[in-house]
Amino acid sequence: MPRKEKLFVGINKDLEEITVPIPDADPKPWDGKDELKYIGKKVPRIDGTYKTTGRAKYTFDIKVPGMIYGKIIRSPYPAAMVTKIDSSQAEKLPGVRSIIRVKDELPFPVRFAGQEVVALAADTEHLAQEAADLVKIEYDQKPFVVDLDEAMKENAPLVFDPKDEEKDKVKNVRDARIYPKDGKSEEIDAVLNSSDHKIEATYRTQVQTHCPMETHGVVAKWNDEKLTIWASTQGTFMVRNQVADHFNIPKSDIRVITKFMGGGFGSKLKADTYTMLAVKLAREAKKPVRLMLSRKEDHLSTGNRPNSLQTVTVGATKEGKITGIKLKSFGTAGIGRGAGTGGPARFIYDAEKIYTEESDVYTNAGPSAPFRAPGHPQGAFAFEQTIDDMAYKIGMDPLEFRIKNSESDKVRQAEYKIGAEKFGWLKRNPKPGAEKGVIKTGAGLANSLWYYIYSPGSHVSLRVNDDGSVQLRSGVQDIGGGIVTPMAMIIAEELCLKPTDIKITIGDTEFGLAPTSGGSQTTAGLTPAVRNAAYSAKQRLLKIAAGLMEVDMKEVKLSDGGTFSTIDSKKQMIWKEVTAEIPEGQFSVTGERMEDYYETKRWKISGVQFAEVKVDTETGSIKVKRMVAIHDCGRPMDRLTIESQINGGIIQGISFAFYENRILDRNTGVMVNPNLEQYKIAGARDVPPIESHIIDLNLGQSSTGAIGVGEPATIPTAAAIANAVYHAIGVRIREMPMTPSVVLKALNKV
Amino acid sequence: MKNFEYAVPDSIDKTFEYLKSSKAILKAGGIDLLDMMKEQLISPDRLVNIRELEELKFLKEDTNGAFLIGPGQTLSELAEDQTINKSYKALAQAAGGVASVQIRNSATLGGNLCQRPRCWYFRSADFHCSRKGGDTCFALDGENQYHAIFDNTDGCAIVHPSATAVALIALNAKLIISNGEKDREVSIEEFFVTPANDIERENILNKNEMIITIIIPADIKDYLSYYHKQKEKQTFDWPLADVAVALRMEGDRCQDARIVLGSAAPVPFRSKSAEQALVNQNINKDTAIKAAEAALIKAEPLTLNEYKVPLFKTIIYRTICHTVGIDPMN
Ligand SMILES: Cc1cc2nc3c(=O)[nH]c(=O)nc-3n(C[C@H](O)[C@H](O)[C@H](O)COP(=O)(O)OP(=O)(O)OC[C@H]3O[C@@H](n4cnc5c(N)ncnc54)[C@H](O)[C@@H]3O)c2cc1C
Ligand code: SF4
Repeated sequence: MPRKEKLFVGINKDLEEITVPIPDADPKPWDGKDELKYIGKKVPRIDGTYKTTGRAKYTFDIKVPGMIYGKIIRSPYPAAMVTKIDSSQAEKLPGVRSIIRVKDELPFPVRFAGQEVVALAADTEHLAQEAADLVKIEYDQKPFVVDLDEAMKENAPLVFDPKDEEKDKVKNVRDARIYPKDGKSEEIDAVLNSSDHKIEATYRTQVQTHCPMETHGVVAKWNDEKLTIWASTQGTFMVRNQVADHFNIPKSDIRVITKFMGGGFGSKLKADTYTMLAVKLAREAKKPVRLMLSRKEDHLSTGNRPNSLQTVTVGATKEGKITGIKLKSFGTAGIGRGAGTGGPARFIYDAEKIYTEESDVYTNAGPSAPFRAPGHPQGAFAFEQTIDDMAYKIGMDPLEFRIKNSESDKVRQAEYKIGAEKFGWLKRNPKPGAEKGVIKTGAGLANSLWYYIYSPGSHVSLRVNDDGSVQLRSGVQDIGGGIVTPMAMIIAEELCLKPTDIKITIGDTEFGLAPTSGGSQTTAGLTPAVRNAAYSAKQRLLKIAAGLMEVDMKEVKLSDGGTFSTIDSKKQMIWKEVTAEIPEGQFSVTGERMEDYYETKRWKISGVQFAEVKVDTETGSIKVKRMVAIHDCGRPMDRLTIESQINGGIIQGISFAFYENRILDRNTGVMVNPNLEQYKIAGARDVPPIESHIIDLNLGQSSTGAIGVGEPATIPTAAAIANAVYHAIGVRIREMPMTPSVVLKALNKV
Repeated sequence: MKNFEYAVPDSIDKTFEYLKSSKAILKAGGIDLLDMMKEQLISPDRLVNIRELEELKFLKEDTNGAFLIGPGQTLSELAEDQTINKSYKALAQAAGGVASVQIRNSATLGGNLCQRPRCWYFRSADFHCSRKGGDTCFALDGENQYHAIFDNTDGCAIVHPSATAVALIALNAKLIISNGEKDREVSIEEFFVTPANDIERENILNKNEMIITIIIPADIKDYLSYYHKQKEKQTFDWPLADVAVALRMEGDRCQDARIVLGSAAPVPFRSKSAEQALVNQNINKDTAIKAAEAALIKAEPLTLNEYKVPLFKTIIYRTICHTVGIDPMN
């Protein structure tokens, strides 16, 4: 029977009391009145020194006895039939252990330059390369298309052959996903056309590749029918499940290990072809196979953020109320899907009429993969600039216009207020392009929008030993956000210890089911399980202490330093005295992440960022002078790792805004910049001072109340910068990356 | 990468001996060379490492007042040297603006002058272009945003990558090139080879030759110089456009001008028209702008690099102003 708990919920200190049913075994959720020792404070990563001293072992570092090296041979052509594969020369090389084809039957099609054709494994990396050079593959080249606009043309080469593909692949432009529903397009047009003001503009964004520091890869090892995979993944369980499905083996026969991983940003969710190839090579070669991709292979084949061509239309009354929003977007996810950009247009503002229509366009390019808030940064770039445009058109301050049109979102309202004050919004000259001189400064803002996502079912196990040590195990991988530190903080909080006292072991599917790090759900999905486990452990210890002190369990409390005492403090025992008496030397408890205790109605995550920029109108170069970011993520766990997420999100946003661009040669379909020199990424000197403010949003929906922040932090950055650029120069930059070339064109200097 | 021999000569003489092997190549800092090898664009059978050769490391004035630089000096050393900062500022600025600290600490002046082009088609084994013995230039109707706006019609539109060359041409430098038996002295302008002359090479060095000295003539001490690099991003980026200016002034009046554009043409591009526009003029923002405009009159941008024209105009006039200490933003 659930008990009823009174909780104080709300934004910062603006709290109201609600009553929530809580299962008996669970602690009272932390709420807005709980002052905690660690939770919500800044705690340095407990595994930080492992990384800074090189002790952290990534998949890249894994060496197992007998391990050999895998290598993938990829199509050099964007569209072709593979007609012949001759690997006889390679087979003759001593030390080549296995050569496999991606498809057994010839001929088979390849649809992007970089697609896997053959894989082999050999005793050394060098040998694998040598063998790869000896494999002769014949291709029958076919017409291809790599450009979005070209692919949309009537007579464009078809990426998928209608003869042998599923029904929805017969044309390059797939059927649009429509929101809210069919047939509303004319209706919204009518609303927009009859509004006092209407603005319509078209925007373009580029393809961005994920570029995690550690490239993609695995080490696969068979032991009879059992399989172990060390994977650089953000989803240990997803890799396990997909490999199980692919090879038709029980999930329980597969173990996936990810102790440390060097980033993924969404591209390391799936097991992907390279994993399957490594597993197959290992089986054929009867040896463990290491298959780590090169930076070039990462760019070509492991995913990307699709580009976009978006037309946004917004209508408003002269008083500044949005009447309607319409978005029509196209984008290419290569041979994959998922190029929609409509999230921000659909969910940030209170407009009554909203219509979005999003089409994926196939091109002969590597498939996209989810990328830190799929669709949203590019969506925000177009949509939040249109909103800005409308504000100026009506003659309203862009902040005021936003405040007026998102009244239903109380969190956002609080964020505007903090942001305006911290940024000094009112100090700016309301008139765009007003500054004299060649170099002009400007200020702008943009909204973020993401979703509260978690999957119930995660569980962790916590062991307390008679030497006083506390160990927690979870299958979760740390994508880099630093999840182990909040886990340790939560246990320390509950058991009145220090975070560094807790030993946490993660990244192994032999441990409890854990969230995939996608959708910003790791903290929201895992921390309640951790707290629930710690709470159970605490009950066990209180009981043991009560027995030792010969009082009723209700009479015992646990306080700082792990001290057990009676309520009247007459009797006291320290942590080790109590744990020493644990029967059989140890006990274990588990904690599970259940469904939220109640429906909070807060299904979204807000966030707003402000940017100040300096634009050189003669060189077209833009410098971001500072960013101020205000974000919400439920009840903040570790403010330091949250800040790091915000910093990282903004840096990636700046990099997207100005530099990153996957460039496919228009004439050959081959990527010209598959490295980290010509594929440009922001570096230390491109990063401005970043000030972040994190809202305390207590909802009491789970025992910790945590919600994610990793994706929201990158969504509005490019849009806020673009709005600041407009404010500086009075000209809209409707294309990314905002290079000097693009800016000089917008300024009519080219 | 193919296997290769690694030779470490202890003298210049030894270096030339080692170089005699058919596919031997000099390795200085190795920054450029190793990249080329890793991408399998070249596969030398022997690397002759001159990085530690003391004989190639010197900075000194000869009896005639010319300044001599050893090709083994690193870019960091050039950027920090007091004499260079005082008398040949453009060189210090050019060297100091290259890549990142780590790279500048390894990269040498000799290597910087002899590095291969950065055209992305050239740098990728996926494209067999004219400069690599193929029969197409992929850049001409391809992705040419970083390519040349001058002299780009001879079958290859690279921009020469060396920043120090831009400064050294402005400083009228000379090179002493040796094959171990004979030395020859050439003006650095004559060192670089245009695609019209030979599309597969960027300079006149023969296989067994090496640069052994870089000379800045004595009269350059009478010049003021300045170098500017316009980047897309501030962290180890290549220039979109760069320029070096050297002016001999008498009061406000310009007696002689040397203006060189980098990232503009297949060889560092000396703009005689900009120079002429300055000689015998008082230098101020107006004359600087006129010179900048003159420099670009003959520009012939490709499909995607038109932006370089206004960009060059801007950095040229600003750099002229900076050379004589005028604030171009006023
Ligand atoms: C990210 C990045 C950014 C960069 N940005 C810039 C930039 O903005 N501007 C710029 O100018 N450069 C830039 N560089 C290039 C870098 O400066 C050069 O690669 C470096 O200077 C080469 O010097 P090195 O001593 O390492 O030459 P090496 O790589 O050792 O040699 C290069 C070539 O020169 C030959 N060579 C070396 N010494 C001699 C000699 N004495 N005589 C004859 N031949 C010789 C070698 O045989 C080889 O062919 C950048 C490089 C990177 C990686
Ligand atoms: S510009 Fe020169 S190096 Fe580049 S593709 Fe053309 S020929 Fe090759």
